[in-house]
Amino acid sequence: MKIGALAEIFPGENRVAMTPDSAVALAKLGHSSVIQAGAGTKAGFTDAAYQAAGVTVLPDAAAVVAEADVLVKVRGPEQAEAQALRDGQTLISFFWPAQNPELLETVKARGATVVAMDMVPRISRAQKMDALSSMANIAGYRAVIEAGNNFGRFFTGQVTAAGKVPPAKVLVVGAGVAGLAAIGTSTSLGAITLAFDVRPEVAEQIESMGAEFVYLDFSETQTDGAATGGYAAPSSPEFREAQLKKFRELAPEVDIVITTALIPGRPAPKLWTADMVALMKRGSVIIDLAAERGGNCDLTVPDEKVVSDNGVTIVGYTDFPSRMATQASTLYSTNIRHMLTDLTPKKDGVINHNMEDDVIRGATVAKDGAITFPPPPPKIAAIAAQKPKEKAKELTPEEKRAEEKAAFAAQTKAQVTLLGIGTALILLVGYFAPSSFMSHFVVFMLACFVGFQVIWNVSHSLHTPLMAVTNAVSGIIILGALAQVGSTSVIITILAALSILIASINIVGGFLVTRRMLAMFQKS
Amino acid sequence: MDQLFEMGAHVGEPGIVIAAYVAAAVLFILCLGGLSGQESAKRAVWYGIAGMALAVAAAVFSPGTGHLWIIALMLIVGAGVGSVLAKRVQMTEMPQLVAALHSFVGLAAVFIGFSTHIELAGLADLMGLISDPQKAMEALMGNAEAAAKLQAQAEGLTGFALKLVQKTPLEVSILRVETFLGVFIGAVTFTGSVVAFGKLAGKVDGKAKKLPGGHMLNAGAAILSLILLVVYVQTSAFWALALMTLAAFFIGYHLIMGIGGADMPVVVSMLNSYSGWAASAIGFSLGNDLLIVTGALVGSSGAILSYIMCKAMNRSFISVILGGFGGTTGPAMEVTGEQIAIDAEGVAAALNDADSVIIIPGYGMAVAQAQQSVSELTRKLRAKGKTVRFAIHPVAGRLPGHMNVLLAEAKVPYDIVLEMDEINEDFPSTDVAIVIGSNDIVNPAAQEDPNSPIAGMPVLECWKAKQVFVSKRGQGTGYSGIENPLFYKENTRMFYGDAKKSLDALLPMID
Repeated sequence: MKIGALAEIFPGENRVAMTPDSAVALAKLGHSSVIQAGAGTKAGFTDAAYQAAGVTVLPDAAAVVAEADVLVKVRGPEQAEAQALRDGQTLISFFWPAQNPELLETVKARGATVVAMDMVPRISRAQKMDALSSMANIAGYRAVIEAGNNFGRFFTGQVTAAGKVPPAKVLVVGAGVAGLAAIGTSTSLGAITLAFDVRPEVAEQIESMGAEFVYLDFSETQTDGAATGGYAAPSSPEFREAQLKKFRELAPEVDIVITTALIPGRPAPKLWTADMVALMKRGSVIIDLAAERGGNCDLTVPDEKVVSDNGVTIVGYTDFPSRMATQASTLYSTNIRHMLTDLTPKKDGVINHNMEDDVIRGATVAKDGAITFPPPPPKIAAIAAQKPKEKAKELTPEEKRAEEKAAFAAQTKAQVTLLGIGTALILLVGYFAPSSFMSHFVVFMLACFVGFQVIWNVSHSLHTPLMAVTNAVSGIIILGALAQVGSTSVIITILAALSILIASINIVGGFLVTRRMLAMFQKS
Repeated sequence: MDQLFEMGAHVGEPGIVIAAYVAAAVLFILCLGGLSGQESAKRAVWYGIAGMALAVAAAVFSPGTGHLWIIALMLIVGAGVGSVLAKRVQMTEMPQLVAALHSFVGLAAVFIGFSTHIELAGLADLMGLISDPQKAMEALMGNAEAAAKLQAQAEGLTGFALKLVQKTPLEVSILRVETFLGVFIGAVTFTGSVVAFGKLAGKVDGKAKKLPGGHMLNAGAAILSLILLVVYVQTSAFWALALMTLAAFFIGYHLIMGIGGADMPVVVSMLNSYSGWAASAIGFSLGNDLLIVTGALVGSSGAILSYIMCKAMNRSFISVILGGFGGTTGPAMEVTGEQIAIDAEGVAAALNDADSVIIIPGYGMAVAQAQQSVSELTRKLRAKGKTVRFAIHPVAGRLPGHMNVLLAEAKVPYDIVLEMDEINEDFPSTDVAIVIGSNDIVNPAAQEDPNSPIAGMPVLECWKAKQVFVSKRGQGTGYSGIENPLFYKENTRMFYGDAKKSLDALLPMID
C-alpha cells in the first residue's frame, strides 16, 4: 500500500505525520511512502531527508491524495480536505468525531475509512499508538518551560553570595499524562511542586513523580477513575466547593499554576476563578493547558498570552506540541507507524482492517460509507478497579494498654486451661495405668516438652535441614528392630532384618543429605 | 519355673547401655537445638550422627541381641543405599527424598509392630503359666509333651521375649494398645509418604483428589480402627491387627491424596511428625526410653513446623489436613487489564539503572534449575555496587526452607537472603523486584480481595517496588490455581520463558 503524508493547513501547525525514520520503518512493513513537498519543513525535516529515506516527494496535496491509499495527518481534516477523500481511501489522523459530526457525515458520504488517533482505546496494548498521551507528555513539559519563560525567578532555591533565592512553588491541577509530565519537569528544575487531582488513586503516581499531593478534607467517595477509562468524571457541587476552597488557600502561596483538567466530551471545568487570580502574587504565571476547550481559568483567552490587572501572566496557548514540532512529529509519526503495524499484521504491505480487534475497532470512526462511532465498549477494561483502602484505626495509649492487658489475660487463661486439662488427663492415665507404663510416660511427656522448646528457636532458613535431620533421627526406630532380630521365630527375624535395612537407609541418607545442605550455607 | 523369675531379675538393659541411651538422647536434643544458626548447625549434625552411632552400637552389643551377621549385613547394605541416594539426589529433588525416607520409618514401624504381635502370640502359653501357675499347671498335668516343650521354650528365651514374659496381664493389655497404635501411625505414615513422594516427584497428579464420600471415608476407617483396637486388646486376634493396618494404609493414602500441591510443605512436615510419633509408640511397646524420647522430639518438631507453615499461609491446621481451600464467601475479584511482556534487553536496562534489587524466588526457579544463573546474576549486580537481596516467603517452594537450600547450593551468601518479615517493608524503596517462578506468595489478592481463596495470607508486597519483573513460563495460574492481579499491575512486566533460559539471556547484557 502507498502511505501519503499531507502538509498541515491549519495556521500555526508545525507538526508532520511522517518522518524519514518512520518512513523507513513503514517500508519494512511492505508499504511505500509519498509526502507533500515541504510538509516536514517546519518540523525540521527537509524534502531531501525524506528522499534519502526512500519517500517520493510530490508537489502538492492533490497529487498525494490521488497517489496514496492511506493518508496520514496530524490535525483532523478541514471540510475541503474531507471532500477530497475518495471511496476506499483511509485517513489516519486526529478527528474528534464527537465534536465534528458534519465532518463525519462528509467522510461517510465520500465512502472513506477514518482511523481517529484520538479514539484509540486506553488499554495497555494500545499505549504505543496513544497519540493523545504522547502529545500530552510534550504539552506538560512545554507548559513548564513556557511558565519559566514568563516567570521572573529561578525555579530552584539558591543561597548565593548575592542573596537568597526562594524556590518557586508550582501547583499542577489535574494529574493526567500532561500533568504528570509537568510535575516531572517542574521537580527536576528544582521547584517545590504541589499537585491536585479529583481521582484519589493517582495520589501515588503524583508522589512517585516527586510532587506533594494536595489532599482535600472531603469524605465523599470519589468515582473510581477506572470506571471512566482512566479519565476524570465530573464532580459533585459539594466536592467542587471543597476543591475551590483549597485552591483559594493555595493561591497566595503559589508562583506558577499549570492546569490540565479535562473531562472527556465536555468543556473544561472552571477551577481557577478570577478571584483566585486576584489573590496571586504579581509576576506569577498561569499556564492553562485546557485553553482549547475553554480553559480551566476564568481569564484564559485561547491562543493568547494575557496579563491580569494584578500582573499575573495567563498563557492560553493551544499549540504546545506544535511549539516543539520536531519532538512532537517524531513521537506522533511513531504512534502512526504503530497503528499501521497493527493494521498490517502480516507485514506484507496489505492492510487488514480487522474490526474484531478492540484497538482498531475503537479508533475507526467511519468505514466503507458507514459511521462506526461511537464504538462498543472494549472487551478489556483499561485499569484494574481500585479498592478503597481501609485505614487502620489509630489507637490511643490507653486503648493499647487495655488491649495488651486483655491479650495477656487471655493468654494466661489459655495456658492455665491447657495445663489444667493436661494435668487432669495425666492423672486419669496414672489412675489406671501401672507404674511401669507411667515411668515411660513421664519420659515421653518431658521429651515432647523439650522438643517444643528446642524447635521454636530453629531459624527459618534451616527448616529444610531440620526436616532432613529429624528424618534421620527418626531412624532411631532401628533400635526396635535390633531388639527383635535375635528372636527364635524366623518371621520375626526376617521382618526385623528388613526394618534394620530400611531404617539404616533412612539414617545414613538423612544425615548425609543434611550435611550436604549445611555445607552449602556460606557467609558473604 | 523359679528360674524364669531369676532370669527376669536382670532382664532390663545393663547400666552401661542405659548410660549410652541417655548420652544419645542428650546428643539428639543438642542436635536439634543447634539448628538455630547456620554455623552451629554444622556442628549439630555431628552431634546427631554421634548420638545415632552410640545408640546403635549400644543396642547391637547389649545382651540378648542375636543374629549379629544379619545385622551387620543389613547395616552395610542400608548405609550403602542411603549414601548413594544422598549423593545422587539433586537439591531440587529434596522434598521427594525427605518424603520417601519418611515412608521407610513408617514401614519399619509396621514391621516391628507385627513382630511384637507374633512374639507375644508365641509366648501366650508360657505367659499363661506365669500369670496363673495353678490353672496352667492343671492344664499341663498329664500332658508331658507340652510341658517339656514349654520348658524348652522358657530356657531358650532371649532379650526381647524375656522382657515380654515378665509382663502382668494389665501390662500386656497396654502393650497391645501401644503396638496397635505404633502400627496404625506407622501405616498412615507409610502410605501418606508414598503419596506425598508421588505428588512431589510429579508421578501423581498434584491436584487435591478425594474419593466420593470424602472425609466420611477417612472417619469411617478411623472408627473401624478404633473398634478393631478394642477387639484386638480383648482377643489379641491377628486379623484385627491386619485389618486395621489395611484401614490405616487407606487413611494415609486418601488423606494425602485430598491435599493440594500448594499445601505440600505442611504435609511433609506433618508426616515427619507422624514418623516421630510412630517411633515413640514403638518405644512404648518395647519399653525403650531412647525410642520414646527421640520419637517425641521428632514428633513435636514436626508438629511445630507444620504449625509455623500453616501460620505463614494464614490457614488453620485443620483446614489444611481436611484439604482444599474452604470458606470463601463470594466470587473472587475480577482481574482486568492485561499482562505486558518484556524482553531480556528491557530487563537488563532496568537492572543496569537500578540501585537496589530484590529477587523473589519460587518453585519455578527450582523447576528450571535456575539457581546458578540467579547466583551469577546476583554476583554481577553486586560487583557493580548494587544492593541485591533475596526475599523468601515461608512457604516458597515445596517444603519449608526449600529456597534457602537451593540458593545456598548456588553459593548465594546467606546474609543477603532475608525472610518475609525482614524485607517486606523495604519494597517501596526498591527499584526493581524480580519474581522468579513464584506466584501465590506474591499475589496481591491476598490483601486486596476478601473473597480470594488466599485472602489474609501474608504475601511479599513486591508490587510496591518501582518496577516488577516476573519471570514465568506462560500465562497460567499458580499451584493454587487462582488469578494473580500482580501480573496486571502497571509497574509489572512479564518476562516470559523458562527461568533459566531467560536469566542466561539476561546475564551477558548486565555490564
